[in-house]
Amino acid sequence: MATETTSAKVKWGLLDAIVVVFALIPVLWIVSLSFKTTATLTDGNFIPREWTWDNYKLIFQTDQFVRALINSIGIALISTVIAVVLGTMAAYAISRLDFPGKKALVGVSLLIAMFPQVSLVSPLFNIERQLGLFDTWPGLILPYITFALPLAIYTLSAFFKQIPWDLEKAAKMDGATQGEAFRKVIAPLAAPGVFTTAILVFIFCWNDFLFAISLTSTEQSRTVPVALSFFTGASQFEDPTGAISAAAVTITIPIILFVLFFQRRIVAGLTSGAVKG
Amino acid sequence: MSVATRPSVDSQPSRRSRPALSEGKKQERKLGWLLCAPAAIVMVAVTAYPIIYSIWLSLQRYDLKFPDDREFIGLANYATVLSNNYWWTAFGVTMLITVISVTVELVLGMGLALIMHRTLIGRGLVRTSALIPYGIVTVVAAFSWRYAWTPGTGYLANLFSPEGAPLTERASALAIIIFAEIWKTTPFMALLLMAGLALVPDDLLKAASMDGASWWQRFTKVMLPVMKPAILVALLFRTLDAFRIFDNIYVLSAGANETSSVSMIAYNNLMKGLNLGIGSTMSVLIFLTVAIIAFIFVKLFGTAAPGSSDEDGRR
Repeated sequence: MATETTSAKVKWGLLDAIVVVFALIPVLWIVSLSFKTTATLTDGNFIPREWTWDNYKLIFQTDQFVRALINSIGIALISTVIAVVLGTMAAYAISRLDFPGKKALVGVSLLIAMFPQVSLVSPLFNIERQLGLFDTWPGLILPYITFALPLAIYTLSAFFKQIPWDLEKAAKMDGATQGEAFRKVIAPLAAPGVFTTAILVFIFCWNDFLFAISLTSTEQSRTVPVALSFFTGASQFEDPTGAISAAAVTITIPIILFVLFFQRRIVAGLTSGAVKG
Repeated sequence: MSVATRPSVDSQPSRRSRPALSEGKKQERKLGWLLCAPAAIVMVAVTAYPIIYSIWLSLQRYDLKFPDDREFIGLANYATVLSNNYWWTAFGVTMLITVISVTVELVLGMGLALIMHRTLIGRGLVRTSALIPYGIVTVVAAFSWRYAWTPGTGYLANLFSPEGAPLTERASALAIIIFAEIWKTTPFMALLLMAGLALVPDDLLKAASMDGASWWQRFTKVMLPVMKPAILVALLFRTLDAFRIFDNIYVLSAGANETSSVSMIAYNNLMKGLNLGIGSTMSVLIFLTVAIIAFIFVKLFGTAAPGSSDEDGRR
């Protein structure tokens, strides 16, 4: 029996290793590129022969990247906050209250989750130009909220359904006011779900490329993924490979941190919404 | 489509309500609508209105380079697009990418889900690593693959095709695009499938293995039936998601050598061609295609019983 478990462990260990290597190789590769010197950039070696911080120094000195980074962070954060607040309200209603139109709302969210975003690009482009929203932060925040809301509503409803709401009543019977019951009992129980949803929504907004490239035209509101694609061939950089890699690594850092610290929550968030929605 | 988006702001709640709702019930309804209204309004305003507007635009000749020529031309734009080779090539490419990537992802995702669910050691490590492709910005991953496959810079290009440039040939470029797509989205598929795996009762598996069922039998006879709903959800989401592929193609091949997807050419029409009429026509066509795919999925695999075959002729 003991040998059987050992061999099973070896087998799983091997499978684990395959997954880990497969998942990490592209990330390690772009990290490696970002640390290569201009001279060794094209040597095709997976591990840099000479290490340098030059690429990072370069991009943080250019307005093009720094401005885009500020845009990315600002737009993603604002969209996340608004989507999570609106999503929390709707999810609370869906999981706790009985009212006509509830099914319709869930249906609409599902439709929007499957909506082909490119279908909105042409009309939004024109509408935003007329409203003066084109190439502004709100011009991107609006579609981000829209497409993040289904995700937020699903994930949050799934979380809220697990909260033992009777505790609220119990607290009130014990003499707590409505406000206290909410603040001391419900809020701490709901917070992890809200937080997880915020991470998922942030990842979604951080990731977007299609809206960002279609609805912006200048540094004023261009986000990093778009700025990256414009590095190519820009005369500022002789060979943009190193700079692009460094910028790419920079915007990957928050994702890595989220994944490292909140793996359990992200998995719970993604799986709970999928089945019970 | 309009049927689907309208009911969210249900304005006739009391039409068939039972007489005399209690005061508390009324309050509950009011609160429910109040809480849902902002989300519903934003979602409908940013999707339903533009899609209706784009139907309107698609019926016009509207080129931003010649704004004075704007004119109502009926379905002429649809005729132009649908008789155009570029459109059908892009459509074929998109379908090919969708079918291959989703099929491979289903198999790999199932494997990954099993590993994440059942591994004896390093479960946290595997799950954390698997989340990285899911979380990473698509454009970043695409650049990593692009450099890996560019002759000179890349380790993969040097390894597999020392004298060619894989991203400049149609077949190999498409293969790389599909590969990048699979790498990026398999974890998402796996997570959805894992949610289904968690529903499989352990007792049932034990009982089956007691009865002498092989691993494969347990998988096909016990696990798959329980997981069916999760598999369908995962397939539906990934199919529609793969169909709108844009980022990977934009970075990897820029649509050169006939590797454009429908999203790519719709974007190019708008941004490079500045042709709102044609661009909107493509938007509407893509929207319809996605609606049809979703419809087929729901009809084929959904809860709907057979007997609704009369709907098939609808295009």
